Amino acid sequence: MTVLDTLRRRSVPDTSVVSSSAVVVEGMTKRFGRGPLILDDISLSVAPGEFLCILGASGCGKSTLLNLVAGLEQPTAGRVEVPGHKPSLMFQEPALYPWLTAGENVELALKLRGVGKAERRQTTQELLALVRLEGAGHKRPHELSGGMRQRVAMARALAQDSKVLLMDEPFAALDAITRDVLHDELTRIRQEVGATVLFVTHNVREAVRLGDRVILLSSRPGRVANEFPVRIPQPRRIESPEVAALSVEITEHLRAEIRRHAQKASS
Amino acid sequence: MTVDTSRELEAGLDALELGPVEARTPVWRRVLSSTLPPLVALLVLYAVWQLVVSTEHPTNLPSPSEVWTELQSQWDQNRIQQAVGNSLYHGVLGFLISAAVATPLGVALARISLLRRSLRPLITGLQSLPSVVWVPAGILWFGLSAKTLFFVVLMGAIPSIVNGTISGIDQVPPLYLRVGHVLGARGLTLARHVLLPAALPGYLGGLKQGWAFSWRSLMAAELIASSGTLGLGQLIEDARNLSSFPGVIVGILAILVVGIAVDLLFFSPLERTILRRRGLLTS
Repeated sequence: MTVLDTLRRRSVPDTSVVSSSAVVVEGMTKRFGRGPLILDDISLSVAPGEFLCILGASGCGKSTLLNLVAGLEQPTAGRVEVPGHKPSLMFQEPALYPWLTAGENVELALKLRGVGKAERRQTTQELLALVRLEGAGHKRPHELSGGMRQRVAMARALAQDSKVLLMDEPFAALDAITRDVLHDELTRIRQEVGATVLFVTHNVREAVRLGDRVILLSSRPGRVANEFPVRIPQPRRIESPEVAALSVEITEHLRAEIRRHAQKASS
Repeated sequence: MTVDTSRELEAGLDALELGPVEARTPVWRRVLSSTLPPLVALLVLYAVWQLVVSTEHPTNLPSPSEVWTELQSQWDQNRIQQAVGNSLYHGVLGFLISAAVATPLGVALARISLLRRSLRPLITGLQSLPSVVWVPAGILWFGLSAKTLFFVVLMGAIPSIVNGTISGIDQVPPLYLRVGHVLGARGLTLARHVLLPAALPGYLGGLKQGWAFSWRSLMAAELIASSGTLGLGQLIEDARNLSSFPGVIVGILAILVVGIAVDLLFFSPLERTILRRRGLLTS
């Protein structure tokens, strides 16, 4: 049985038990201590298998939103629900452990989940194959390129056997061509695995290239400003006219959001 | 673009990013480049020594050959071997006890904020305290025995290993801990799989410094508190009592050689292996 079968099989009971959403956020508000409001009354729901992109300028609390969904932070008000799953989280930096090989990094996620040794070995191989790094398992992180490291991080996130993948600008530090290739990879992998993805980015094209739906957040505090369904069939190309057209439209809204702050500042 | 061309593109990127495998420099060259400079420096030092001794000014500095003769005589009496053996025994054992005490203490201080705020200044203060000052206290407490030696070694080494452990843990990128959290590691599991391995380079630096403090403290203690067993410090003290300048120099050289040997044979290779594995050391 492949890891994909395992992942699919385990997802069945969960969806039958709980509501039809993979992630539910309701009236969520966040402030740190007595600081300013970071997120204000955010409500959104993500369907199982949906790819939702969250887009916003600096200071919109994108990362805070993901941390809240991941359970790393507690909301000041409102609620977050990820039925049946502990979401896995990917960062802008691969954050692989340099004292472990690529394979061992993936294996650690399995080990911390309590997977037995023999199964661990096999699953690690399968996950590395899934991100097309079959031969690189013995390599140390510093021996890999940025794109390869981020693929190992992806394999490690998938090793958590979560159906919900939270991604915090995971490709922002990569060059354009590598990013493009990883967009293809992510599209392929999430279809194979059937994962729900919550993807945070400030790159409009990236959001349109990847997402089934794009949510635009306003800044300071973060509020849901707008929502755009993306009805372009996959596989999409980042340079395709459909992607470009929608990107232009969303960028207009994003610009309007940012301009609002200029007026606020001068008034 | 089809899946296949995307796959090819990816394989091409991977190959380009990794670059060609560089040929490693041959072993003999590496050995030569690391041993030749210190050897030359040693020869220069020897020449200067010889020069100072052979100037016409009267000096009671012994010549290299006198020291050599003294070393041979000490060797024949089995004194030097005994002294090195005893000192190493006390130094290494004291160091190991210090590490066993200081490591958990350092981890606790690094992770528990109240403990750190209350004890860190004291630890740092102790680290700058010359360990010789503990010798009289040790003698009054334990008498002229091995216990005094261990006491002085521990007082010298523990603060520096504690501080090394703390700074090793402080240098762990917070992101590593967050990833550990996301992967489900908490408490001791997080410490074992993330915190401690991540802190290892800094911790090793602390251990290395701890060894240096152990060795120095021991020599100070042996010089002053001559106990029953012959150590290198006592070897020097005995030579001074006999007004044997060559004997004093033999002792100093032996202490130096042991210090260099422990670093060269133990700490340096360990440090290099750990750093190279993490890509923190090129070449």
